[in-house]
Amino acid sequence: MNEYNFAYLDEQTKRMIRRAILKGLAVPGYQVPFASREMPMPYGWGTGGVQVSAATLTPKDTLKVIDQGADDTTNAVSIRKFFENTAGVETTEETEKATVIQTRHRIPEAKLREDQIIVYQVPIPEPLRFLEPRETETRKMHSLEEYGLMHVKLYEDISQHGAISTAYAYPVYVSDRYVMDPSPIPKFDNPKLEMDAIQLFGAGREQRIYAIPPHTKVVSLDFEDYPFEATKAEHCCDLCGAEDSYLDEVIMDDAGNRMFVCSDTDYCRSRREAGHMGRLAGENAA
Amino acid sequence: MNPLLQVKGIEKRYGARIGCRDVSFDLYPSEVMGIVGESGSGKSTLLNCMAGHLQPDAGQVIFDTRADGPVDTVTMSEPERRMLSRTDWAFVHQHARDGLRVTISAGGNIGERLMAVGERHYGAIRGRAIDWLGRVEIDETRVDDRPSAFSGGMQQRLQIARNLVTGPRLVFMDEPTGGLDVSVQARLLDLLRGLVREMGLSAVIVTHDLAVVRLLADRLMVMKDGHVVEAGLTDQVLDDPQHAYTQLLVSSVLQV
Ligand SMILES: Nc1ncnc2c1ncn2[C@@H]1O[C@H](COP(=O)(O)OP(=O)(O)O)[C@@H](O)[C@H]1O
Ligand SMILES: [Mg+2]
Repeated sequence: MNEYNFAYLDEQTKRMIRRAILKGLAVPGYQVPFASREMPMPYGWGTGGVQVSAATLTPKDTLKVIDQGADDTTNAVSIRKFFENTAGVETTEETEKATVIQTRHRIPEAKLREDQIIVYQVPIPEPLRFLEPRETETRKMHSLEEYGLMHVKLYEDISQHGAISTAYAYPVYVSDRYVMDPSPIPKFDNPKLEMDAIQLFGAGREQRIYAIPPHTKVVSLDFEDYPFEATKAEHCCDLCGAEDSYLDEVIMDDAGNRMFVCSDTDYCRSRREAGHMGRLAGENAA
Repeated sequence: MNPLLQVKGIEKRYGARIGCRDVSFDLYPSEVMGIVGESGSGKSTLLNCMAGHLQPDAGQVIFDTRADGPVDTVTMSEPERRMLSRTDWAFVHQHARDGLRVTISAGGNIGERLMAVGERHYGAIRGRAIDWLGRVEIDETRVDDRPSAFSGGMQQRLQIARNLVTGPRLVFMDEPTGGLDVSVQARLLDLLRGLVREMGLSAVIVTHDLAVVRLLADRLMVMKDGHVVEAGLTDQVLDDPQHAYTQLLVSSVLQV
């Protein structure tokens, strides 16, 4: 690990990223441009999140990395390895023990604390992009708070599907000022965006950083007659029995048998260790 | 009665070339002003200066705002001007595609201005959209279709509905019937005339087609080489043109 600077990036780059993070925290939901660096992994592998984590980590931190809730996917493992090698920080799979959590597509089920930082990997930071491809125009719309278009998108959703079908990256209004893309987390996680921990969002390819400070008001956009709902599969976890966690559906065999399991693997494990059991607990499930 | 719009000494240059110059007129509530002239005479330049799409090099565009009375919109802040553009003003482009969102359904196109000013009830927005489709003679079953599936005439009528849904006090139109087949033009003109009367709209309509102003405009300005050569009541100007250029314009139409 000595061939690298701490956490791979040079000190000047980390200072530049920290300035962007501080600006983001000072203006919740505002997309701060930053000079994204080449990272030794392809875009789409969370280079934005990795750079934010690199600028955030100190040698005393304990890092957890999750991908869609799981600590053991290729993506999560390789990012964890990357920081073990380049920063020498401790890593953990336990949400409780982590001080910095880098995530792709989920917020942990356990309530995060004030002394924790969660870093989201963001593919497309601009929530208005789908409707207005011109960057100059979307920046102007943010600066003038012209957000009618966001509701046009939700209108289209309802008119086509009979309900707001947006299930991931569900847009939010932060601190009564900026409309923000919360990254592709399921909308089930949206209510958790009002949390005690610091939330940082990094988009590598798009070169944007944004943030939500602790205890900030975050409202999911909706219509009066189609209110926002934080939905999940109408089941409980087949392994730990949890009724309140976001579930993945797993096809078990050719006969089409399915099971529902917590997407947050650490949450599921800790519940099972505490003795909770689901419908298929004890069977030899993956 | 105060004028709704006072245009004073508008001038716009493109480098050394004159777009329009020294244009002044007042527009009163429920009045329709027609601006005619051949291609290149400066009609669109003038209209875009009035609507805030172009920054004039000189002159004032004073609009009688609801909140603060007459205000020069050239010097007001951009957020204020953009707010005006999506509430009290409307702009109908010659090419419907410039004024529509082609990837959004007809209903979404009409609803956008409502949502932009804070309407948050889906049922109410959809109801208004369907109502407006009816008013511009588009079957309500098309409410969820994208405008790319519409004919040119339907697209133009949709653009008009999208603009009028918030009840603007002033509508700018640039060649609203241009580029359409003659039979389609006639139907659109009838529709526009009905809406103008029914809603008591104030409008500035730019066209090179004298039939359009004959039907829609109370007053007329004739432009040539960037400035106004003759102005007056529409019937007077067309029936008894004073300026040689207007006489030429009118006679060439009569020969058609
Ligand atoms: N963007 C531009 N750049 C340079 N010259 C322009 C531009 N737009 C218009 N002009 C010129 O300004 C004059 C008025 O044009 P325009 O307002 O488009 O007239 P009209 O709408 O009556 O056809 C013409 O000589 C035209 O060539
Ligand atoms: Mg023109």
